[in-house]
Amino acid sequence: MSEKRYYQPEIETMPTEQIKALQSEKLIKQVKHVYDNVPYYRGLMDKKGVKPEDIHGIEDLYKLPFLTKDDLRDQYPDGLVAVPKSECVRIQSTSGTTGRRVVAFYTQKDIDLWEECCARAIVAVGGTNEDVCQVAYGYGLFTGGPGLNGGSHKVGCLTLPMSSGNTDRQIQFMTDLGATILCCTPSYAAYLGESLKEKGISPEQNTLKAGIFGAEPWTEEMRRDIEKLLGIKAYDIYGLTEISGPGVSFECEEQNGMHINEDHFLAETIDPDTGEVLPEGSKGELVFTCLDKEAFPLLRYRTRDICVLKRDKCSCGRTHVRMCKPMGRSDDMLIIRGVNVFPSQIETVLLNEGYSPNYKIEVDRVNNTDTLDVYVELTEGQFSDTVKAITSAEKSLANAIKTMLGINPAVHLVPPKSIARSEGKAVRVTDKRKLHD
Amino acid sequence: MAIRQISVFLENHSGSLSAVAKVLADADADMRAMSVADTQDFGILRLIVRDTDGAVAALKANGYITSVNEVTAAVIPDEPGGLCHLLQILSDESVNIEYSYAFLTPEDGKACVVFRVADNGHAAKAFHNAGVGVLDADGLTILD
Repeated sequence: MSEKRYYQPEIETMPTEQIKALQSEKLIKQVKHVYDNVPYYRGLMDKKGVKPEDIHGIEDLYKLPFLTKDDLRDQYPDGLVAVPKSECVRIQSTSGTTGRRVVAFYTQKDIDLWEECCARAIVAVGGTNEDVCQVAYGYGLFTGGPGLNGGSHKVGCLTLPMSSGNTDRQIQFMTDLGATILCCTPSYAAYLGESLKEKGISPEQNTLKAGIFGAEPWTEEMRRDIEKLLGIKAYDIYGLTEISGPGVSFECEEQNGMHINEDHFLAETIDPDTGEVLPEGSKGELVFTCLDKEAFPLLRYRTRDICVLKRDKCSCGRTHVRMCKPMGRSDDMLIIRGVNVFPSQIETVLLNEGYSPNYKIEVDRVNNTDTLDVYVELTEGQFSDTVKAITSAEKSLANAIKTMLGINPAVHLVPPKSIARSEGKAVRVTDKRKLHD
Repeated sequence: MAIRQISVFLENHSGSLSAVAKVLADADADMRAMSVADTQDFGILRLIVRDTDGAVAALKANGYITSVNEVTAAVIPDEPGGLCHLLQILSDESVNIEYSYAFLTPEDGKACVVFRVADNGHAAKAFHNAGVGVLDADGLTILD
């Protein structure tokens, strides 16, 4: 480890009781801020009969109503924004249809705290101002690139804002500029590793020492593969646009669960069916409350990620609670190549393009890269006698799906009734990946 | 001047061709010619039958996706260079061929080549001018 073990030592190693007191103090203020400035959430609280005065600390958190993706969809684009637009400096957004898209607003302070969280993650993997940090997450609306980019600046690393793709250029800059920390999705890290190998660059020859990989589920087995391929230590990072972006939690040198930045994000696990709060240590749906965010301060946002929180002591010295890798979802969202995908988005494209709603989605992981195959039943009017007509229809449907999701599927047109149905409905999704240990 | 061809969309897996053949057999379809185009995912069975409408009805009743279109069938003497001659005629007239298949007819010394082209009238005229016979719907008998 380098001499600097923490980015903000006083916060990251703060005794638990003190963190909880800090959280209580912030929560009281935040609830008032939201109640006063977000009519939609005020309505939810009023309906539940809760007033800001009823919240005396984190012990009263359970009294607050939940927010779900549906609420965010209903309030698109800015119904949950709590400050005047003049105070906002940026938006980020999730992929998806207009209906499903989430637009998150940030004040400068919101950006700063988000980037600080990413800086903590970079320092936790040994990053200092001596490092060269290659950010190969997508830049733009996606939070991956901007988040790690900002964190890298805060740490003082030389930042390579590569964005995703263009593997030859990634390798050239990695090699020529001596990148030491790589930030990208785990599947892209594995792909880069394979590409280096093909070019005859051995793990010992590259200058990388650590990687921060997130935005999609990955297993311990994949971690070992990546570590071997790249000759590095591979660390997980977790986050979601709704809450800020990557850096809501991050792994330390222990590589055993991700420390949640508890001074900013208050975590709970709940029973996804009843909404009942579960004791720390039980498996449940992860729920976050933003304690400091100004522009987009979601309270009790249900992530749909199934997870376990662990409060036991960590040898790294950080006191913040750790979450395990998400063990699954309590809804039908898939994460494919780092992109959130709802089957309903694909269905929307099919209907828009004049296809039947009888389809099947198959997701797999081949050589550590996700594959998406969409099978759609052809209808009479779409068929002609030439192969060309069908393959070009497949191509144009694939393009339409790519426009919607941002990822390229393989589209297969199939005869009617060839997609298996259970109780009359087509079985929509088969996820063949092994994502959880 | 053109004849009707049925195309059937098939999954590319074992048994799918035999299943559709069974439907045609049960419908007493009198098959004159056939060809299969295949890709990794799907196949297209192309058929020329005596009773096109009857065969299509049977296929549809069994859930198959079909389409009917017209093709040009040229009749030539069954001898070396015959196909080359036909292709030269089309090429000279800049007729683009989408696909083609051929078969021998039971009539002594005759072969028949089916062409899928954008403009059947154009192809037929080119053959006619070159003295090559083409089948029309009534002329299907020549395939016997």
